[in-house]
Amino acid sequence: MAEQEQQTVEKKEKEPDFSDYRGVMIVVEQRYGKAKAVSWQLLGKGRELADKLETKLYALVIGHEVEHLAKEAGYYGADEVYLCDAPELKDYRTRPYSRVCLKVIHQVKPEIVLFGATGTGRDLAGAIATHLPTGLTADTTELDVEPPPSRLLLASRPAFSEKMMATILCKRYRPQMATARAGVFQALPRDESREVPIIRVENEMKEEEIAARVLEFISETGKVNLEEAEIIVAGGRGLGGPEAFGMLKELADALGGVVGASRAAVDAGWISHEHQVGQTGHTVRPKLYFAIGISGAVQHTVGMSNSEVIVAINKDENAPIFQIAHYGIVGDLFKIVPAITEAVKKKRGLPVGPELTITGGKRA
Amino acid sequence: MHIVVCIKQVPDSREIRIDPKTNTLIRQGVPSIVNFYDKHGLEEALRIKDELGARVTVITMGPPPAEKALKECISLGADEGVLVTDRAFAGADTLATSYVLAKAIRKAEETWGPVDIVFCGKQTLDGDTGQVGPGIACRLDLEQLTYVGKVRKVDPQARRITVERHLEDGIEVVETSMPVLVTALKELNKIRRASLPGMIRAARYKPIVWTTADFPDLDRSQIGLKGSPTIVGKTWVPEVRKVDGERITGDTPQQIAERLVERLWSGDLPTRLGWN
Repeated sequence: MAEQEQQTVEKKEKEPDFSDYRGVMIVVEQRYGKAKAVSWQLLGKGRELADKLETKLYALVIGHEVEHLAKEAGYYGADEVYLCDAPELKDYRTRPYSRVCLKVIHQVKPEIVLFGATGTGRDLAGAIATHLPTGLTADTTELDVEPPPSRLLLASRPAFSEKMMATILCKRYRPQMATARAGVFQALPRDESREVPIIRVENEMKEEEIAARVLEFISETGKVNLEEAEIIVAGGRGLGGPEAFGMLKELADALGGVVGASRAAVDAGWISHEHQVGQTGHTVRPKLYFAIGISGAVQHTVGMSNSEVIVAINKDENAPIFQIAHYGIVGDLFKIVPAITEAVKKKRGLPVGPELTITGGKRA
Repeated sequence: MHIVVCIKQVPDSREIRIDPKTNTLIRQGVPSIVNFYDKHGLEEALRIKDELGARVTVITMGPPPAEKALKECISLGADEGVLVTDRAFAGADTLATSYVLAKAIRKAEETWGPVDIVFCGKQTLDGDTGQVGPGIACRLDLEQLTYVGKVRKVDPQARRITVERHLEDGIEVVETSMPVLVTALKELNKIRRASLPGMIRAARYKPIVWTTADFPDLDRSQIGLKGSPTIVGKTWVPEVRKVDGERITGDTPQQIAERLVERLWSGDLPTRLGWN
């Protein structure tokens, strides 16, 4: 149905001339002067898109005392950085931030603008797309462009609880905008030799014109951040209950990682939903992923299959998870997981806990 | 106070399956539900109504069967339910949807008085974009509070509202002025059950229907498919990348564990992970 609709649109509308829109812009997100990892990941992807389009990659940094981030944006691949630094912009607030964004977009006329699909990124992008107006694709996990002359952004995202993928196009408006998930794209190696022009932009709104006040930010440092984790130790139905997650936590601690879970384990109430891998908005791409007692339902695997190294432990040798695992272990996870924890501790020279010595290991 | 709640009737996407032979969605038999984030928005509106007194108007854009969703909201305690429906609205993306809903909220203001708070869900189950709320706020020049997990205080005299926004890295406490648009998370509240009088009222209730004819100043170029900048191109069922992995075996769990650790330490992974 959607494709038929698309064809009718194409017949009726002649495509406008967008030749004055050039360049790819990444809106960098930060809190208290610390950038979100997704921003550098998007610069990595943006670099690739800009090169394909033979155009420039811009970054836009908004905040207070964030000049260092403008430099960082250059190190991570931007050709030019727009910087708006003002006390009124210390906390993210929709109106002042969108005013700055809109001003820069009108001035620079990028053909593509990308944001992280975070709460803040979606809040800002939603406001800006309506103002412009233009099309906005949410939560993309694949981004590509058609080569010139078409220059169309192919913004693809999961749909229907991750069961399908759809490519969304915006043919009649510029810029083409999208938010993109954290952890999907890879940042370029940080290159301090890249010193790029920084263009300062005036803030638009005075404090007395802004209704919103951020009274407090309660940082949740203990909160699991699966998207940014480099190592995830995830458990599923095979754990049989909440207790076994303690065992996973020990392995995660030994590796320096965090604990994840399949939907089955979360739905069973064994662990809180913030640990869930594979739900909407939770695509993970760690360097190392342990799938323990997880059979490998599609909803789970689409959320983690881009992990660099996957280790699967399952008692069922036919479990689909083994098809995507780099290392597969068939056996009793209750025996194998503590043994791995101990072997890792030994290898890393970490103290081996007394509760683990019973499995036969020597103290490191 | 006048509170508007925007809702959408959606297929329960959790129940949608893929036909393995044709790789298409099986929509048959998938139940239609009120998008549950929207219901948390309604619940919060009803709580404010209970505490401070307010008129609660529920608005949905959709096909005629969406009347059922409105009746469900009436059974829970909403005062009026408005169905905005017309073939011309079909095929709308988030930009065109926010245009029509903003028009409908303006009309609700003309009908029942100025709006203080608009509630939307944080996103819909079928669209998953979270863009309609900010779109409405922008079009109506409302303050915008997204991803709200708690409403701390509503002060109708000072016309201020304080909420907690739940973000990836923590909770942000924000205060702003009304009129305001709030998008609701599941954490916002626990949805009530319909009361018996509510169910009786809902059974008799006929939702108000507005079509294009009810919006004389509607810009036809901004509605439906024509007013939608985004179009769906290709769709496909994602195939998970398969790898030719290695089975690690051994006589004892310890041996297996040691062999795995050996593999993990053989490349540059430990260096890149900062393992000593």
